[in-house]
Amino acid sequence: MALNRIWVYAEAADGKVAPITLEILTKARELAGTVEALYGDGDGDTIAEVLGAHGATRIYATGDLQGSTPGVPAASAIAALVESGERPDLILFGTTYEGRDVAARLSVALDQPVITNNTDIAVDGDAVVVTEPVFGGTKLVRTKFTGSGPHIALIRPKSFAAETSGGGPAEVVTIEVPDYGTAKVKNRHVEETTGPKLDEAAVVVSGGRGLGAAEKYQIIEDLARSLKGAPGASRAIVDAGWVPYSYQVGQTGKVVKPNVYIAAGISGATQHLVGMKGAKNIIAVNKDPEAPIFSVADLGIVGDVHKVLPQLLEALQGR
Amino acid sequence: MNVVVCVKQIPDPAEPGKLEADNTLDRSGKLILDESDSYGVEMALQLADAAGGGDVTLVSMAPNNETAGLRTALAMGAAKAILVSDEALSGAGALDTAKVLAAAIKRAEPDLVVAATESSDGYTGTVPEQVAALLGLPSITFAKHVEISGETVSVQRQTELGYDEVETTLPALVSVTAGVVEPRYPSFKGIMAAKSKPVDQLSLADLGIDAGTVGSAGAGQEIVAVDDAPAREAGEVVEDDGEGYAKIVAYLENLKVI
Ligand SMILES: Cc1cc2nc3c(=O)[nH]c(=O)nc-3n(C[C@H](O)[C@H](O)[C@H](O)COP(=O)(O)OP(=O)(O)OC[C@H]3O[C@@H](n4cnc5c(N)ncnc54)[C@H](O)[C@@H]3O)c2cc1C
Ligand SMILES: Nc1ncnc2c1ncn2[C@@H]1O[C@H](COP(=O)(O)O)[C@@H](O)[C@H]1O
Repeated sequence: MALNRIWVYAEAADGKVAPITLEILTKARELAGTVEALYGDGDGDTIAEVLGAHGATRIYATGDLQGSTPGVPAASAIAALVESGERPDLILFGTTYEGRDVAARLSVALDQPVITNNTDIAVDGDAVVVTEPVFGGTKLVRTKFTGSGPHIALIRPKSFAAETSGGGPAEVVTIEVPDYGTAKVKNRHVEETTGPKLDEAAVVVSGGRGLGAAEKYQIIEDLARSLKGAPGASRAIVDAGWVPYSYQVGQTGKVVKPNVYIAAGISGATQHLVGMKGAKNIIAVNKDPEAPIFSVADLGIVGDVHKVLPQLLEALQGR
Repeated sequence: MNVVVCVKQIPDPAEPGKLEADNTLDRSGKLILDESDSYGVEMALQLADAAGGGDVTLVSMAPNNETAGLRTALAMGAAKAILVSDEALSGAGALDTAKVLAAAIKRAEPDLVVAATESSDGYTGTVPEQVAALLGLPSITFAKHVEISGETVSVQRQTELGYDEVETTLPALVSVTAGVVEPRYPSFKGIMAAKSKPVDQLSLADLGIDAGTVGSAGAGQEIVAVDDAPAREAGEVVEDDGEGYAKIVAYLENLKVI
């Protein structure tokens, strides 16, 4: 049995809808007769076409948030919508910064549990069942919502492939924001990167603590550039301040599913593996033959990054 | 300034995780201070210091009256702790946990509540924001830099593309990311002093929470199955003999990536 109605919390930056939103919309179409979007960070007109083309028939949008962070205003607006009598069976969010903040506030407002980090969702009879990987993705836990809805679940990026539905632009409905909250954004800083985005690149070259020193990371950037890919990193070197957090791959960082993932000087801790295990091809360079990264690598080179990487770069640049 | 830090005590992440018969995480072994929260403890100590003093109080929910992780944080310099332990809390979800923490935090009447953005074992990443909502506090999550001046909290908040400068007013909750500060190692003196610092042990009844509304009884969710994930086959692993790079080149060529 399918559900009647699912709401998908949409995210967008500068008018561009986040891939995670389109991924969730695509899945939601499979599960429910009616799929609608919630947009808690602006007016819905700029994104109505793209969301409509992925299956949303309507967008409930808050309008401009006057500089507030979305947690309080978006959750209060959605809660008010539910209290006004609109009853979705399920509200889906991405496991993202904004998704977590809004879903958490909403779960309190509606007094509903929230289940995060899911990589799959299904309807089994009347019940909504979500799947969450644990222990570094070695086990999959399936959890059923037992109470009455609307249920709240968060989906990890890259869990589903986005596909268009051929739908026309979604209807935009502006919803009231009862509480804007007091947390205000004063300034935004964007770390300039060139080349493809980490979570969209076909090739990702990541470095870890095995590089030995911050200045050795340059070769990762160079390799990524020569493969038209994006550079990535383990948390160890993000915490050490060698590269910005936006480079981090893993449980607390980005989930990547490139065609090729190259891990250099990365041990392969479970929290790193959950972020890159979905890559089609994995190449690892590590001097320790016992490093766990080799258990997921299609090609493993047991060797010194300071030898293998410069030779590799030279060979690639010489082509 | 009074600061409360939420600290989770978790099974040692270096040990392989285990599930109980009812498929909840096995927390029966020795628990330690979650490394994620050691950043929160350090941040709280520094902020209280910068504000000219005030108490740093730890709040934790853990089974079996576990205090080992709390002692570590007390040894770092926190003044006291509140621990909520109750059999009815087994199987508690994120919202239940937040309800319990919020009730305990209220007792300390904090100006600032600090948590980590996500725990190492649960990593739902929703508990801090839920706590803030329950306490009616503004919150700033994913903080990588925190400053307090008068009543204003200024935070550099991590974003997908960089960071935002976000401000709010006290009282407030801030959740910090790993790596924001360098957690201090407890000194010998600190470890000795921690042994006699007060740990207030509370049950759900002490907090006025009905046991039927939290834990597996009230969670609104039920684990139906735990399966092994399809394993990824390991491929070819070769020793670098000076030609290892050529293997990579050949592999990439084969994929037509180059
Ligand atoms: C809650 C939580 C969340 C986390 N989230 C993430 C996350 O999102 N992403 C993430 O990556 N980690 C995450 N971690 C951290 C994770 O557990 C590991 O600590 C981290 O991934 C290790 O990084 P690393 O592989 O670079 O370093 P290490 O584990 O120190 O590994 C370095 C590797 O380099 C190899 N090496 C050393 N020298 C050389 C050389 N000259 N040539 C070749 N190889 C060499 C070593 O053999 C070793 O295998 C998280 C941890 C926790 C607790
Ligand atoms: N049982 C708990 N006791 C104390 N603090 C907790 C507990 N569970 C979660 N927290 C706090 O909330 C943060 C995020 O946890 P989580 O939502 O589980 O990822 C943790 O890092 C702690 O700061």
